[in-house]
Amino acid sequence: MTTTDQTTPADASATHYERPLLTTPFAAKQAPYVETDQYIAWAGYRMADVFSNTEQEYFAIRNAASLLDITPICKYRVTGADAERYLNHLMTHDASKQRVDRVAYSVWCDDAGHVIDEATVYRFAQDEFHIYAGEGHLTWFTDSALGYQVSIDDITHTIAALTLQGPTSASILRRLGFTGIDEMKPLHMSRQTLNGRPITISRTGFTGDLGYELWVANEDAEMLWDSLMEAGQSRGIRPIGFAALEIARIEAGHLLPEIDYISAADTVHVGRESTPFELSVDFAVAMDKGHFVGRRALVDKQANPRYRIVGLEIEDNKPATDALIYADQALSKQVGQVTSAAWSPTCKRNLAIARIDAPYVDGRQKFWTEIMVQRELKWEKRVVQAWIVDRPFFAPERYKLTPPADR
Amino acid sequence: MSANSGKNGQRVIVIGAGHNGLACAFDLARAGRQVTVLEAAHEIGGAAVTSEFASGHRVSACAHLLRSFPADLAKAMRLDSHGLAWAGTGLSTWALSAGAAPLDVGRAINGTDFMRRMRRHAEVLTTLMHTTPPRLDLDNWPDRIAVAKLGWQIRRMGREPMRELLRIAGMNVYDLLQDNLESTTLKGALGFDAVLGAEYGPRSPGTVLTWLQSLAGQSLAGSKGLAQPVGGIGALTRAMGQAVAAAGVTVRTGARVAHMAVTNDRVSGVVLDSGERLDADVVVSNADPRTTFLKLLGPEHLDTGFVRKIVHHRASGKVAKLHLALDSLPAFTGLDAQALGHRLVVSPSLDELERSFNPSKYGEIPERPSLEITVPTVRDASLAPAGKHVVSVIAQFVPFDVGTDRRAARARLLRNVLAVLEQHAPGIGQRVRSSEVLLPVDIEQRFGMTGGHWHHGALAFDQFFVNRPVHGASRYRAPIDGLYLCGAGSHPGGGLMGIAGRNAARTVLAND
Repeated sequence: MTTTDQTTPADASATHYERPLLTTPFAAKQAPYVETDQYIAWAGYRMADVFSNTEQEYFAIRNAASLLDITPICKYRVTGADAERYLNHLMTHDASKQRVDRVAYSVWCDDAGHVIDEATVYRFAQDEFHIYAGEGHLTWFTDSALGYQVSIDDITHTIAALTLQGPTSASILRRLGFTGIDEMKPLHMSRQTLNGRPITISRTGFTGDLGYELWVANEDAEMLWDSLMEAGQSRGIRPIGFAALEIARIEAGHLLPEIDYISAADTVHVGRESTPFELSVDFAVAMDKGHFVGRRALVDKQANPRYRIVGLEIEDNKPATDALIYADQALSKQVGQVTSAAWSPTCKRNLAIARIDAPYVDGRQKFWTEIMVQRELKWEKRVVQAWIVDRPFFAPERYKLTPPADR
Repeated sequence: MSANSGKNGQRVIVIGAGHNGLACAFDLARAGRQVTVLEAAHEIGGAAVTSEFASGHRVSACAHLLRSFPADLAKAMRLDSHGLAWAGTGLSTWALSAGAAPLDVGRAINGTDFMRRMRRHAEVLTTLMHTTPPRLDLDNWPDRIAVAKLGWQIRRMGREPMRELLRIAGMNVYDLLQDNLESTTLKGALGFDAVLGAEYGPRSPGTVLTWLQSLAGQSLAGSKGLAQPVGGIGALTRAMGQAVAAAGVTVRTGARVAHMAVTNDRVSGVVLDSGERLDADVVVSNADPRTTFLKLLGPEHLDTGFVRKIVHHRASGKVAKLHLALDSLPAFTGLDAQALGHRLVVSPSLDELERSFNPSKYGEIPERPSLEITVPTVRDASLAPAGKHVVSVIAQFVPFDVGTDRRAARARLLRNVLAVLEQHAPGIGQRVRSSEVLLPVDIEQRFGMTGGHWHHGALAFDQFFVNRPVHGASRYRAPIDGLYLCGAGSHPGGGLMGIAGRNAARTVLAND
């Protein structure tokens, strides 16, 4: 096994301490759209949380096309004769069933079967995979590679990425001359060129909507941005920040580490970790594929989840942020808690992602929760009903429709 | 035995015919298991063998004395009726110091209040030796009882001794001896006992623990004390081999295991270098932890956190062995010929001992190594042609990594050892006709022990009891079904005790 660790980004300089957060190769192109100066930090990068207005940016996702910079995603390239065997050892999904040019959602666990992180795994070739994850995990990946003929390269800082999400996204890509957009189903990927430069397009995203993620070398980042903004002009394209994504993310029912669960790599208190079954991502765990890291522990834990992550719909229109969930209206029996909550502007429903104690996840149980509401500094308490509903909360036909409609 | 009769005929493979593997095989066979022991070498014994190193001269290849072989194991295996005889028992230790008369260490220290206290502390460890290290989540009664027993062992010592044990357990032996003894020679010799076979000097933390562990082992040997078998250490494992054969065990030599076979996430047998596959219900490995998990099983069957622990498991031997063929009996200053048949130690002071340790930290061979010397031919003429003699030397501290020129390293070590010997036995150099030097790296290659470590891994707090060899494999069970560990890498460790083997056998019988 060999590894390279490009932990030094291209624009890190001797004066890095003056500017502790890095900016992505799209920063200069985004600057003209920044009105609010609201930023968040993600994996060492400064990212726009809001450009101008969260609601308008959110509706770009659902009604037109949104453009979000996702460059900081940690990216690892795994190559070598044992790449598939290694992936199967490391991750929970069955990489042997993943065809070339397909993307798989997967998680990986520690020895105890507790989830460290989630990832999208791209199969570029028989012997080449990319792992894209929210946080850096190179040492875990390399330590897991003992005995495998693979090379693991951290390519995080060499690839720039945008996610183009919304009903008009396919049309924008068609206008740029990409071929095969009509054939790409969700979780398909395609290697193409744009102005003679290589680009990888995947029909993936975090919004539950029709959308694509686009991956180019750093030096092609500005060219990609300009191309998309120009082609999208007539299709309502709009740069968006992470605040807008957060609403769409909850509507799509996706989980966020450190929000909806704590990575096993970060837990301090025993018992705060989660198995994939507790996170309700059973679909990504191939227990029958042979040994993988954490599998032995999961054999027992599969049958005995302590809780499950579920989607809740809640009465009223105030997001049940951080609320506790009870089995009774008297609020005497706590059976869970809300991890993410939002009022859905599209569904017009009050949504939450919650963890509920396993015995109460039977689909018939009604829950009660207490929401604190404040009007002009006057707080009031509302005890309202909640019930389990399927995720994604918002599942438009266009998410799967292939070929996508021309809008 | 009858309680396990339902499992009679269960096939067990033991990888490695070292003393622990043989002890384990014996207990399993007596409980009705169908046991096959596979030994890579062409003779059994592992590192506990007697080898010819010069024409007609034979010597114990690693350890050359028994100090803690349990009397009850010798009795259970009826080793005396299988040919084990004693050239000497109850041997003394003579501490040599240039310019001073040799000191009989036992006579100087036994019966003193200090030694009585230390032996009482060691008793706590003696009790632990036969205990399967408990799980610390304590979710079942046997584990709770094991921990309670340990607590009780410490508490029942009484308040003052308990306080002393808790105070000194993590200390270094240098400070302990400085606090309690006067004689420089005595402190040097006792300090040597604390670090014998270890990869630490006397000022390294945890060397009181290794000393207490050594004292604990000595109490197992019963009345035999420090003992020399007729025919060398190899005679012990040969007798054990006969005992296991009599118990129905099949022993195959020259049968090197290439890797284990895994079926449905369970170790189901082994594949030999020859390609031959042998099926088993249970496989027990006498090999060291790294060899067992990374070479024989393979990391693909393990979890990353566990693999990390095995990769970081410390097993870097610092003990070299030198064998000298002499044309006549050497003369040691101040020792009569009778005393030559005992154990001689060259560690004239704690500072000298620490000085011999320092270079090993930087990959260098010490100028003045610390030595344990025996002249086994004084008591056992069978080891050399008539009138000739063998000197067997354990030399510390020799680093595992001596660079690429091992030949030069061996020559340098031999020169340095002979220079030390010459001080105490003038003229010994001229008597040497032939010699053999086994560096730790040579010991690794010859006996397949990772790092050439006699104890299959450093004995230190972080690799002790519930953490030996590593957390997750400390109960003789591997993290995969069907695989057990019985070597010195497991609790209670090395030192020619066979207890790890017996504890492993008990675990196999309890689990399968």
